[in-house]
Amino acid sequence: MTTNAVRVTRAEYCVIACAEAWRDNGEVLASPMGLIPSVGARLARRTFSPDLLLTDGEAMLVGPDGEPEGWLPYRHHLTMVTGGRRHVMMGASQIDRFGNQNISCIGAWDRPARQLLGVRGAPVNTLNNPVSYWVPKHSTRVFVPKVDMICGVGYDSAAAAGPSATRFHRIPRVVSDLGVFDFATPDHAMRLVSLHPGVTLEEVRGATGFELAGCEEAAYTREPTTEELRLIREVLDPDGLREREVAR
Amino acid sequence: MTDKTMTPEDVVRRLRSGMTVGIGGWGSRRKPMALVRALLRSPVTDLTVISYGGPDVGLLAAAGRIRTLIAPFATLDSIPLEPHFRAARQAGAFELMEIDEAMFMWGLHAAANRLPFLPVRAGIGSDVMRVNPGLRTVTSPYEDGETFVAMPALRMDAALVHLNRADRLGNGQYLGPDPYFDDLFCEAADSAYLSCERIVDGFKGAPAQSLLVKRYAVTGVVESPHGAHFTSCAPDYGRDEPFQKLYASTPWAEFAERFLSGPDEKSYQCAVQSWHEERT
Repeated sequence: MTTNAVRVTRAEYCVIACAEAWRDNGEVLASPMGLIPSVGARLARRTFSPDLLLTDGEAMLVGPDGEPEGWLPYRHHLTMVTGGRRHVMMGASQIDRFGNQNISCIGAWDRPARQLLGVRGAPVNTLNNPVSYWVPKHSTRVFVPKVDMICGVGYDSAAAAGPSATRFHRIPRVVSDLGVFDFATPDHAMRLVSLHPGVTLEEVRGATGFELAGCEEAAYTREPTTEELRLIREVLDPDGLREREVAR
Repeated sequence: MTDKTMTPEDVVRRLRSGMTVGIGGWGSRRKPMALVRALLRSPVTDLTVISYGGPDVGLLAAAGRIRTLIAPFATLDSIPLEPHFRAARQAGAFELMEIDEAMFMWGLHAAANRLPFLPVRAGIGSDVMRVNPGLRTVTSPYEDGETFVAMPALRMDAALVHLNRADRLGNGQYLGPDPYFDDLFCEAADSAYLSCERIVDGFKGAPAQSLLVKRYAVTGVVESPHGAHFTSCAPDYGRDEPFQKLYASTPWAEFAERFLSGPDEKSYQCAVQSWHEERT
């Protein structure tokens, strides 16, 4: 069931791709960072992943209508992280071929050219619960051969650190404005899973600072159903803020 | 019973240059800003600051009071990057112990529990280990044999926190949705100073869980209405977004001259009020 009448925007494909990250996750906390992942998480909760837990962005767990169903202040949120009952979709100022992520600083750590947020919870997230990433502007500045500061731990770094690091480590997917990526290759190198409709292979390759696996067999990101499109447009993001995060 | 009420000036008179000072709240939320502003009016400097960083870190960094910062981030929340923290970092103005949010929390727990460290599954595999060469790992003595980071206790000389209500004995009540880590900060410090929106005579009828900070862990209580300004102090007030924007976009010297050069907290609050009146 696809919608042919109204053109699906790139931002809406991104919402679908983010929502898919939480498919079959069961009763875990969906922690989206950024607007499009947030719309995606709420879409998944309302459709194919009804058991997901969501927060109001503050200290409450809320149902799909925004009504509170639980209390989740920061210290309990961190327990959900270490207990593994959470799937977060973080941002990434830089990400490399093995999923190492940086949100701390650009340049030498001792005296950064650009100070960013800091490591935040990326180290604990990546070692304890599944961590996906959302990149609204796919470019060679973000998809780099080597990140300046490893905040989120990639597959190679986790393997080098040993069993305590790999035990619960998993990076299910990376979603950008160009496509969907995972690490389902023998050496856990980043693989192109799907292009968003309208994006070419050359475009993705040109915007990525390392060699991507899977380019030959890549599919297209699926179409939203009529009901999904209605939910996105009329219920979850009626003001169309998604189009500001990804404009195309 | 001991009356622990004091002024912001009394608090900073008890602080010394070179001390390790923990600051409660989270990002740009319920920061003890009146106490930080009092610190800025004092000569105290060369501080090791422990904070889930917000404008407290930005202000102290801009004023050159920080020798070492221990933090997982510094943010203004609605403005993701703290501009004065950024500028100071990019100028190499202070040392940084950059650790993960959970490592930080376990450091507070260790200090509050008088333990030298607590094991945490965070840090290994990341560059937190590279930029903090002093961090050590510990191997589980049980069958699993797993290796964890031994997060050292974040023990403090003094902690500064801001809550909604307090009594004169040092019991503190939060009315917002999140306690953050303020009780842990108080318990992790040799002395703790609690500022509040309003001092009350007691907490009759209060939900027991809202009584977050206990008097045994508090040295001094300061009544300071709007003392968290411009950060949020729900439900008493939200973040002053226009003012935060001003803070983030005004050159430091100009901001400090207009808002921080007065003799006390009252002069700050008056300067803020006249700024708001000028805008309307």
